[in-house]
Amino acid sequence: MSRRVEDVRGEGALAPASLRRDSLSEMMKRQFRRLPLHLLLIFFVVIWSIPTIALLVSSLREPGDVVTSGWWNALAHPFDITLQNYEDVLSTRDMDKAFINSLLITIPSTFFVVLVAAFAAYAFAWMDFPGRNALFILMVALLVVPLQMTLIPVLRLYTEISDIRIPLLGTPFDDDMPLLGGRVFGTNSYIGIWMAHTAYGLPFAIYLLRNFFGSLPRDILESAYIDGASDAGIFFKLILPLSMPAIAALTIFQFLWVWNDLLVSLILLGDPELAPMTLKISSLVSSFGTQYQLLTAAAFISMALPLVIFFALQRYFVQGILAGSVKG
Amino acid sequence: MAGVTFEHVYKRFGEITAVSDFDLEIPDKEFLVLVGPSGCGKSTTLRMLAGLEEITEGTIRIGDRDVTHVPAKDRDIAMVFQSYALYPHMTVYDNMAFGLTLRKVPKDEIRCRVEDAGRILGIEALLDRKPRALSGGQRQRVALGRAIVRDPAVFLFDEPLSNLDAKLRVQTRAEISKLHHRLGTTFIYVTHDQVEAMTMATRIVVMRAGLIMQVGTPGQLYDHPTNMFVAGFIGSPAMNFFTGTVVHEEGRLFLDLEGFRLPVPDDRRRDVEAFTGNAIVAGMRPENIHAEGFSPPGISSSTVQAEVVVTELLGNETIAYLQMGEHEFLARLDPRVQTRPGQNINLAVDIDRVHIFDPESEDALGTTKPQTAPV
Repeated sequence: MSRRVEDVRGEGALAPASLRRDSLSEMMKRQFRRLPLHLLLIFFVVIWSIPTIALLVSSLREPGDVVTSGWWNALAHPFDITLQNYEDVLSTRDMDKAFINSLLITIPSTFFVVLVAAFAAYAFAWMDFPGRNALFILMVALLVVPLQMTLIPVLRLYTEISDIRIPLLGTPFDDDMPLLGGRVFGTNSYIGIWMAHTAYGLPFAIYLLRNFFGSLPRDILESAYIDGASDAGIFFKLILPLSMPAIAALTIFQFLWVWNDLLVSLILLGDPELAPMTLKISSLVSSFGTQYQLLTAAAFISMALPLVIFFALQRYFVQGILAGSVKG
Repeated sequence: MAGVTFEHVYKRFGEITAVSDFDLEIPDKEFLVLVGPSGCGKSTTLRMLAGLEEITEGTIRIGDRDVTHVPAKDRDIAMVFQSYALYPHMTVYDNMAFGLTLRKVPKDEIRCRVEDAGRILGIEALLDRKPRALSGGQRQRVALGRAIVRDPAVFLFDEPLSNLDAKLRVQTRAEISKLHHRLGTTFIYVTHDQVEAMTMATRIVVMRAGLIMQVGTPGQLYDHPTNMFVAGFIGSPAMNFFTGTVVHEEGRLFLDLEGFRLPVPDDRRRDVEAFTGNAIVAGMRPENIHAEGFSPPGISSSTVQAEVVVTELLGNETIAYLQMGEHEFLARLDPRVQTRPGQNINLAVDIDRVHIFDPESEDALGTTKPQTAPV
């Protein structure tokens, strides 16, 4: 096999110039045939990017301009931009605090989902225990339960347990009682919102990871087992390193989902001190309905982090979407 | 270093019995090959020994130790898989060191053992590479190396050559045999390829549908198959089978094979006599059918005539596809035999090498004489 490949390469190297020119024109012809497709793709990329670009441009314009003319007018005067809106939104509207709140909510909620889902997925994929399939089917069935249906029962449960207080714990921005007498569980607590997001994220996360883990070759795991690895050893030394694409994709999915979540925060976090960016932005809409310049700046701040994460991990993201569907 | 004992081992998957009453003692240092068609239970047997499958019934011992319920990692075995099963994210060195690291072997000793194994297998230059940068043959060596460094009591091989191309397979076959001599450890090897079994084994177990059909050295299996399955499975091209009856005429016994008759040699008379008038199956290996005039000296033969259908000249021999009445069969003829399709040819059948089976039980009647080299 390898010899045949070499032969082919050898021929290519010795091919006369005319032959190579042929292949070049052939290539151009192929590109030309693909031109309509490329144009169509460019068209869609532009259409899809317009809202984001509009948001960015609007957030950099003077407050008066935003309401009097369309955002595209700013492109005609490229130097007429200001960062004042960002300064306003961060300093006077507590958006900096909300940004940190968003991180405090999102990072643990993502970490717990990935951790628990990876353990569970390993068990579902490779450990033999009674009721494995039934439990997995139940897990998958949870995927079809609409989140909205669970909100009221969860809220009632949370209200009941939110009276549990543990001294010395509290919210980082609780000025009256810093780190004292804060709520630990239930509504208006970090642990409460982490648990809610973790629970909502788990069915999909387990499903995704189980399918990926399950597609890893059995021989490798058996070989490690004979080599003396325990289940924990196999999980940490083989499964995790080999599943990085799926785990990275899941991390991005879950991070974006929690970061962009409004509904769950709205229901479970009434305390403005704990409000993440989505809540803050939505309050901007109601109380500063006309101040579009602030709204756009705030919205762009909330987009910035997911964009950075997406571009940093997009290679994994694309691989991970195919996770488990195509083997090898 | 240890032998392996299977005591009445069964494996059932629900209603299906994959392995049935597997009872075998494998002495230390033996190269035992389990061979049979796919689904015969050979891999399941190996996996039960490895600890990868639960045993439904019976006992397995390695040395004197009952390992029936011992986890795989504590059985002191190493296994080479068909797919190589290398850890793709580790270098060759780490792949080979993995088992030792888990067993907390000192680093210096690991280095020493991995480098030794690398030298034995000729892969010391590849230790820093990742498996994806290796060819199939090299990967197979790494898989062997990973087993060697563990210095186990028993080596298990699950069709390790199936993914290699034909040439590499022959080469690696010889290397595994060499390794067996060098290490002097018990090897248990599963394959569906009877050529691998014949060339490497000190003893072969032929299996079918979860049952042991015969256990013996390659020579015993080839010359003295105890049933039609083994007779047909071992040897390539396969043995020819002819249905017929035993007839008694003028004080002599003949095999009447629908179109031709072969006399029963005197030393086989006792085995066959009871079947007089009954149906039998006669088996003849293609190399025991010679073209008249080219048969080796000293054999007692009987002449029959057949029509040539196709011939394949292989240089050292000619494989002839022949037809005689209803029977189609093969013969390995001397390459000097000049014959064309459509011609009739006189053949000399070595009657001492005819195997006779009971068509109902498929068991051999008595045994044939051990083959002796012509003087």
